[in-house]
Amino acid sequence: MMEKMIFGRYLPLQSAVHQLDPRAKLLFIFGFVIVVFLANNALSYAVLAAFTFVLIYLSKINIRFLFAGLKPVIWLIAFTFLLHIFLTKEGDLLVEVGFLKVYEGGVRQGAFISLRFLLLIFVTSLLTLTTSPISITDGLESLLNPFKKLKLPVHELALMMSISLRFIPTLMDETDKIMKAQMARGADFSSGPIKDRIKAVVPLLIPLFVSAFKRAEELAVAMEARGYRGGEGRTKYRLLHWKWKDTVALSLLFVLAAVLWRLRS
Amino acid sequence: MKEPVISIRHVNFRYPEQTQYALKDISLDVAKGEWLAIVGHNGSGKSTLAKMLNGLHYPEEGQVTICGFSLKEEFVWEVRKRLGMVFQNPDNQFVGTTVQDDVAFGLENNGVPHEVMTARVKNSLQRVGMLDFLNQEPHHLSGGQKQRVAIAGVIALQPDIILLDEATSMLDPRGREEVLSTVRQLKEEQDLTVISITHDLEEASRADRIIVLNEGTVYREGTPEEIFQLNEELIGLGLDVPFPVKLSRVLRLEDFKIVSNHLTEEELVRELWTSNFKK
Repeated sequence: MMEKMIFGRYLPLQSAVHQLDPRAKLLFIFGFVIVVFLANNALSYAVLAAFTFVLIYLSKINIRFLFAGLKPVIWLIAFTFLLHIFLTKEGDLLVEVGFLKVYEGGVRQGAFISLRFLLLIFVTSLLTLTTSPISITDGLESLLNPFKKLKLPVHELALMMSISLRFIPTLMDETDKIMKAQMARGADFSSGPIKDRIKAVVPLLIPLFVSAFKRAEELAVAMEARGYRGGEGRTKYRLLHWKWKDTVALSLLFVLAAVLWRLRS
Repeated sequence: MKEPVISIRHVNFRYPEQTQYALKDISLDVAKGEWLAIVGHNGSGKSTLAKMLNGLHYPEEGQVTICGFSLKEEFVWEVRKRLGMVFQNPDNQFVGTTVQDDVAFGLENNGVPHEVMTARVKNSLQRVGMLDFLNQEPHHLSGGQKQRVAIAGVIALQPDIILLDEATSMLDPRGREEVLSTVRQLKEEQDLTVISITHDLEEASRADRIIVLNEGTVYREGTPEEIFQLNEELIGLGLDVPFPVKLSRVLRLEDFKIVSNHLTEEELVRELWTSNFKK
């Protein structure tokens, strides 16, 4: 079951991108999302695309994995593309079929927006493909630390995230087991009208919930027995080290922004 | 008896909103460095007692002293540093995303500095034989391995006492053997006190002393040999006598000359195959 899930899958390779500090990568993505909007003509989009592909090359990730990550959103991209083609009325008229009119500006806008989407998804998948979930959690916790002053429960959020990550495979196994147990009792999950199939999920979800709550309770007791009493006075096993490479990576983003600023029309 | 590390005096306890007492006037001592097994069937109060020793419940009446600390809310974290607990379900006590993170969890909680922490994580994993699994995720480990990681997490805190609360009951025979021999080895290495709460008399037979709980009271107390003499009484309490003990008793009833109730299969086999030599 786990193997099918591409989204959020981590590929432990040795590359320059893998070795970056998770904080650098998170900040980079945050910046990238903004910088992407600077591009507004063919040349600036070309620079942006080239930059993204250099990143992918540096990460040593097979491009197949990135396309696999696209699957869930491909329809969204196609839909926005079509919307632009049919609704933007700029430039020369290209085709006219009945009441549908396609303008040159629409095609251009559609292509740009889809490319923007594509690049954003590539770069964000690059984060999850090159950073283990636990490092992302550590990075987030450290980046959000200043918000502690605003009473944001940063430590608790990070702990929740890491416990969820730890229990995903456990609960997957459990779902599998319950599913088989219900199938042995005659439950049918894979055929019949959609209404029946949704109903069939109920006897799967209820035992799963019951056991998840039981697990949560036992886990809480075990944590308390091991001396857990909130974030106060806790030390950390995993430490993050900001290196010069991380600074370089972030400055690259500024260089990119400057170049795009010059090229945009 | 050596100085007690745990002393329990006239403890009564009942769960909130219940009239029935789960523990009734319990008094017992645990000596430093001994292996004590507490046995009893479901509902005998043994799990309640285990939770009380870790400050998860407080006695309604009576006095519990652990390593010199009276069990009260103000000392509970001191007690938890000295008494490490391994629970029944291997999955539901694994907090970290990987083996090393899980062992570090207790150390992080107690504010151990980073340098000390890395050394202790490695050392404790090595002592339970799990050092090669440092970066493994829990769903790739067997039940016995997960329990060994849990034990590593406990000894990393350098406690005086390890409390096994049915820690082997969800494991297969091999996992059980793995866990018990690990605990035995650790106990010999550093003078640990081990309390194992179990309904498996096979496991209890390796203890120095057994306490039988029934309906919230101490029913019997003695060495494994003494306890297994009780035989029918134990069965009446819902406990089963280990097979070698049963067999040696039946053989004796059939007029075989068997010296004692053997606790382990090996002892029994040894006596059986040598029994004809003595004639």
